[in-house]
Amino acid sequence: MSKLQNFIKGIIKENPVLVLVLGTCPTLATTTSVLNALGMGVAASAVLICSNMAISALRKVIPDKVRIPCYIVLIAGFVTIIEMLMHAFVPDLYESLGVFLSLIVVNCIILGRAEMYASKNGVIDSAIDGLGMGVGFTLALFLMSSIREILGSGSWCGLSIPWLSDNPILIFGMAPGGFFVFGCLIALVNKISKKKNNKEFGCHNCPSAFLCGKKDSDPCATVGEGDDK
Amino acid sequence: MKELLIILMTAVLVNNYVLVRFLGICPFLGVSKKLNQAVGMGVAVTFVMLMATAATYPIYTYLLVPNGLEYMRTIVFILVIAALVQLVEIILKRYIPALHKSLGIYLPLITTNCAVLGVTINNINDGYSFIQSMVSSLGCGLGFLLAMVLFAGVRSRLEEADPPEAFKGLPITLVSASIVALSFMGFNGIIEGIFGA
Repeated sequence: MSKLQNFIKGIIKENPVLVLVLGTCPTLATTTSVLNALGMGVAASAVLICSNMAISALRKVIPDKVRIPCYIVLIAGFVTIIEMLMHAFVPDLYESLGVFLSLIVVNCIILGRAEMYASKNGVIDSAIDGLGMGVGFTLALFLMSSIREILGSGSWCGLSIPWLSDNPILIFGMAPGGFFVFGCLIALVNKISKKKNNKEFGCHNCPSAFLCGKKDSDPCATVGEGDDK
Repeated sequence: MKELLIILMTAVLVNNYVLVRFLGICPFLGVSKKLNQAVGMGVAVTFVMLMATAATYPIYTYLLVPNGLEYMRTIVFILVIAALVQLVEIILKRYIPALHKSLGIYLPLITTNCAVLGVTINNINDGYSFIQSMVSSLGCGLGFLLAMVLFAGVRSRLEEADPPEAFKGLPITLVSASIVALSFMGFNGIIEGIFGA
C-alpha cells in the first residue's frame, strides 16, 4: 500500500466515525458547534499521531503481555500535554470541551489504531496512518457539527444565518438531536456505499475487547456481528 | 441529606450519563440487546464506578494536591481504574465465584469505559466532598443501569420492526436512542419541582 493510499483510507474507506463507528462519545458530545468539533478533532488527531509514532517506535521494546497498559500510559501522557497546551493557549475551547478532553485517553480510535496498526508497522507509516485517521475523524465531526449547528442554532462557526437564526430547531443542539443526526449520517453512508452491511455495535470496535481477549467469544459474540441469523 | 438526594436524583434522571451527557455510549449500544446482559453490565458499571471513586478521590485529595501534581490526574486515574478492575476480578474469582460468573465477563470491558473515568474526573471538577462523590457515582451508575434496561426493552421491539434497508442495524438503533433521550428531557426541572431548590 502506497503512502498516499495509507493516508486516504482513513478519510474515506475506513473513516473512523462513519464507517468503523469508533469514538462515538466525543462525536455525539462535542458536535453542538463547529468550533468545538474542530477543536476536539484537532486535539484527538494530535494525540493520535504522537501516540502512533511513539508506540510504533517502541513496539519492539514493549513486552507483549503488558502492551495495553503501556499504550494507555503513553496515550495518557500525550493527552496531558495537549490538555496543558490547550489550557494555556485556547482557554475558551478548553472550558467548552471540558471533561471530553481528558477522555481522549479512552477514545476507542486511539487505542484501536495503536493495537491494530502502530504495533505492527514502522514509525513513518504509523504517523501517516494516524494523520489519515485524524483527518477522517475531524472531517466527520465537522460534517456532523455543521448539520447540528446550522439546524440547531441557525449559525455556522458562530456566523448567524439570516432566516434560520430566527427559527432554530433547538432539538438538534440537544442530546436527542445528536443521536438522530449520527444515525442518519450512518444510514446515508450505508446507502451510498450500497454495502449490504448489518452494521452492529459489538466488541470488534471496543478497545476493551483487546484487554479481555474475548474478541470472538461471549459476551461479545452474542451482541456483535455474529447474530444476523 | 436533602443535598445528597438532589445529587442522586440529578445524576440518575436529569443529567443521565448516557442519554444526556454522552458518556459510555459504547456499552450502551453494544450490550443492550438482551435484558439480562444489560442488567449485568449496568450493575457491573455501578459497582466499578463506586470502587473507582472510593480509590481515586483520596489519591487525588491526599496525594496529588499536596504535592502539586494535579496535572497527573488523567494518567493516575486511568491506571488506578485499570488496576482496580483487574484486582476486583481476581478477588471475585477467588472468593465469590457465583458473582464472578454473573458479573465477571463484563468487568474487563469496563476498564476503558469513558463513563467510569468521566465520573471520577467530574466529581473532582464539581468540587464534591467524599460522601457527595460517592453518592454522585452511585447516581451515575444507577442512571446508566436505568438507561440500559429501558433501551434493552426498546431494542427487543426493534427486532420485529422493518426499517428501510439503509437504516438497518446501527442507524435505526441510534434513531431509537434519540427518542429515548427525548423522553429523558421530560425530567428537566423535576429537581426544582420536588425540592423547590
